[in-house]
Amino acid sequence: MTLIANALVSGLLLAGFYAAVSVGIAISFGMLDVVNIAHPAFIVLGSYLAYFASSWIGLDPIVTALVLSPAFFALGLVLYRLYHSSFERRGRERLRGLAFFFGILFVTEVALILAFGVDYRLVNTRYMDTTWRFGAFDLPLRLFVPFLVSLGMTLSLQAFLSRTFFGRAVLAVAQDELALQLMGVDPVRVKAIAFGISIATAGVAGALLIIIQPVQPSLGREYIGLVFAIPVLGGMGSIPGTLVGATILGVASSFTSTFFGPSWSPAVSFGLLLLALALRPEGLLGKAAR
Amino acid sequence: MDRNSFAAACRGRAASLLAGVALAACALSAAAQEPLKIGFSMSLTGPLGGNGRAALLAMQMWAEDVNAKGGLLGRQVKLVYYDDQTNPANVPGLYAKLLDVDKVDLIVSSYGTNTIAPAIPIAMQRQMCFMTLFGTNPNAKFKYDRYFQIMPNGPDPAVGLTKGFFDVAMTMDPKPKTVALVGADAEYPHAALEGARTNVKAAGLKIVYDKTYPMSTTDFTPIVRAIQATSPDLVFVASYPPDGAGMVRAVNEVGLKTRQFGGSMIGLQYANIKTQLGPLLNGVVAWEVYAPEPTIKFPGVEQFLTRYQPRAIAQQLDPLGFFLPPYAYAMMQIVGEAVQKVGSLDQAKIAQYIHDHEFSTVVGNVRFAKNGEWAVGRPLYVQYQGIRTNDLEEWKKPGKAVVLYPPEWKSGKLLYPYDEHRK
Repeated sequence: MTLIANALVSGLLLAGFYAAVSVGIAISFGMLDVVNIAHPAFIVLGSYLAYFASSWIGLDPIVTALVLSPAFFALGLVLYRLYHSSFERRGRERLRGLAFFFGILFVTEVALILAFGVDYRLVNTRYMDTTWRFGAFDLPLRLFVPFLVSLGMTLSLQAFLSRTFFGRAVLAVAQDELALQLMGVDPVRVKAIAFGISIATAGVAGALLIIIQPVQPSLGREYIGLVFAIPVLGGMGSIPGTLVGATILGVASSFTSTFFGPSWSPAVSFGLLLLALALRPEGLLGKAAR
Repeated sequence: MDRNSFAAACRGRAASLLAGVALAACALSAAAQEPLKIGFSMSLTGPLGGNGRAALLAMQMWAEDVNAKGGLLGRQVKLVYYDDQTNPANVPGLYAKLLDVDKVDLIVSSYGTNTIAPAIPIAMQRQMCFMTLFGTNPNAKFKYDRYFQIMPNGPDPAVGLTKGFFDVAMTMDPKPKTVALVGADAEYPHAALEGARTNVKAAGLKIVYDKTYPMSTTDFTPIVRAIQATSPDLVFVASYPPDGAGMVRAVNEVGLKTRQFGGSMIGLQYANIKTQLGPLLNGVVAWEVYAPEPTIKFPGVEQFLTRYQPRAIAQQLDPLGFFLPPYAYAMMQIVGEAVQKVGSLDQAKIAQYIHDHEFSTVVGNVRFAKNGEWAVGRPLYVQYQGIRTNDLEEWKKPGKAVVLYPPEWKSGKLLYPYDEHRK
């Protein structure tokens, strides 16, 4: 019973982190149709900036992430403008755009290597070594704090997208760009801001990543599969779907590790993804294309 | 032919002969001026990039030292290397390029089992002498007779690597009965776990958990809880840097109750992981190849580290350098001495010379067994004790990585059970 309770708690905590790293892809890939394969590299960039602030001025990684969010947002704006003018506007966004983001991935990695070296970097915070124990289950703050931050970020994003005018414009641009244009809204501007938001979430996810595990410049490559799988499982462009997808993969991974052996974990997680897509190709909370 | 015309013909031929000799001499001289190229791939980025770069620095220091003394065979030494990104798939192509395009004269290996194994078939195909850096038994299946390996684990490397952990454990009173084995899904941890199983059998222990995890694992607490559910007396881990750090954090978070925890965990030897984990490492029994303990006096290591450390700090590399750099330097010393003594680049003769001789290096005297591993191993098992801060200076002092194995270098006592001496 203790094992089951702890496997569930671990899975939920892991799901929180998974949601943080993939919610940006739910926006860029799911809503804007931009295959930003460099997203994990921006997550690692966020980790390194958090490391830098922590080791130089003792700033908590989460505080650093919040302070640097506008900078990540601005970076996203610039990147999207570049992508749009070079590829999207010319109707060459598919393959060439993918190559563009691959290039961004490598450039970011090399920049991190030049700036910080290739060693693993970790941070220490006051709460990282603390574990709260509640009867049958444990709550390590190293995972619980990122879980709370991720939950807060994801729910705020959902509220923003569903309750504000601009948020609804982002959802509209995902559905029918032309109709939005006919209503006098500049879809490129909307998409640029939405892409900026997705990159800002990568910065926050990076801070969470370095709290959870050591990072090195090319670590992002490990996450490419995961960050795309979760929004696809949950339903393209659906933030609640991303949360559901992250929860399924996190809990499945935790239960498999606990009861069947951790080496089965990726097979079970991606098996579930395949099964879900076979039964519901649009994803669990996605809307079927009409 | 009259006398005059005969003399003229002789003079002409002599002049041609002299010109030919002069041309040949020029050609030889030009060849002598060409650098002697030593080629290798190295993990300069990717998961093992930090240590790969530290190894490269040590190899560059060796090349500088050799060149300052006139080089090898009268030629300056040039290191030709490419980044394999810690990706085994990149290695065969890089060695083919080194041999076919760069025309290197000698090859040595990248760092680690995963990148050494894919280079061995190419070395075999070209019949090159192949000195390698910290591979755990990658030659077991190839059985290449020109293969050598510098990690000091002894003639049966996977068994030698892990034996110390279990020998230390069997000194506990009462003796342990059960063990959990866990490691990453990769070439090195698999070899280490294989060696551990042999030692477990020899010690008469019962395996209650024996599983591997994918390299992409983020959270290790479910694994540690599953291990805890089997209540093992010992927990042996074979890991790489990120998962090793993850396991240490997870056992502290879960509060793992066991009598001895540790293993052959790559990464715990690195300065940045030592300093970042700090007190969380207390009680861990880990494999090391050097520790600044009073009982450890490998001739030359201290002098090497004195030269290495300032350069490493300037290049943002491992500032301690206890793990790989002295051995990377020693590996090159052996290759250099063999080439110099053989007096040519004949690969068969170089390999034979290395087989037949003992070498004096910065990590002490090295003699190789028939399979290319150290004839007599000396892997250390230490227990981290009394770590109070996350300060690097603490790790430079004796008493923090207490040597428990081999017995001749023992510098302290095992503290057990682990759960009482954690933190």
